[in-house]
Amino acid sequence: MERDDLIEYSLDGHHSEEEGKKIRKKIWKVTLLLTIITAVEVALGAYIKQSNDLWPFVKWTFLVLTVLKAGYIVMIFMHLGDERKWLRNVILIPYALFIIYLIFIALWEALAVNDAWSGL
Amino acid sequence: MSNIPYILEDRPDTGLNNSKLGIWIFLASEVMLFGGLFSAYVFLRIAAPEGDFDYWGSKLNVPMATFNTMVLITSSVTMVMSWASLKLQQFDKYKMYLGITILCALAFLVVKYFEYTSKFEYGVYPSSSTFMGIYFTLTGLHVLHIIGGLFVLVYFWTKQADKMWEENQDLLANRIEITGLYWHFVDLVWIFLFPILYLL
Repeated sequence: MERDDLIEYSLDGHHSEEEGKKIRKKIWKVTLLLTIITAVEVALGAYIKQSNDLWPFVKWTFLVLTVLKAGYIVMIFMHLGDERKWLRNVILIPYALFIIYLIFIALWEALAVNDAWSGL
Repeated sequence: MSNIPYILEDRPDTGLNNSKLGIWIFLASEVMLFGGLFSAYVFLRIAAPEGDFDYWGSKLNVPMATFNTMVLITSSVTMVMSWASLKLQQFDKYKMYLGITILCALAFLVVKYFEYTSKFEYGVYPSSSTFMGIYFTLTGLHVLHIIGGLFVLVYFWTKQADKMWEENQDLLANRIEITGLYWHFVDLVWIFLFPILYLL
């Protein structure tokens, strides 16, 4: 079966020095991005507490930043972005559904519990 | 080297080699394992009295966890660099990067040791609260994964790797790619654990 996309990391051949430089540059760029995201998360967590009015915004920011960070690790470090399209879909679609389900059920249950507590 | 087919070469039907398909299936089962525990965390938090998780969460050491986050991200970078070095046929650099990855894994475990013991010194155990129960379960399972990965990393840093490099370079590159996928997954789990346990 022919490759249907660009496989930078395939075993088909060894990398040239130029390809190696390109890959390394990409890795360092992602590392810098992950470091910045971590710093933003820590700053938000350290300075804004649950009693603050901004707390709901912080919670959503954490959700988005964490999924973004995970996405970069999976697509770049685990090089799923360079794999075959079908493999990418088989892995990403169930995970995306699972994450969406978890967020949905958490919000749904939390609202139900909130209603129950309010009724007391 | 081996009679098992499609270890290195791609299968004609899937276009993937068995090693890669195998590790992704294994990682899918790992997602279910940790996913179940993450779900447990969500439901325990929802059902907990207001402020309970916030109170117990404030007892955790955020600077130590931030340091560990950076250590694991660094280890992921050095892991992928070690593999890239093999692809560039730079075996010495491979050893150096893998060595740094091993040191990062050890640093993570040492920090975790201090984190756990400081809790125990103050009489905080998994039985102390619901939050601590799920905290020790999630982080403990993660630590076990780090220890498991560490054994594999050390194996590929010993003379065995030198021997494999001499005999079959592609096989070693394949093994390091697969090990790397596992290691990045361990990093990924921590990326989710860090905000939900320490920051939220």
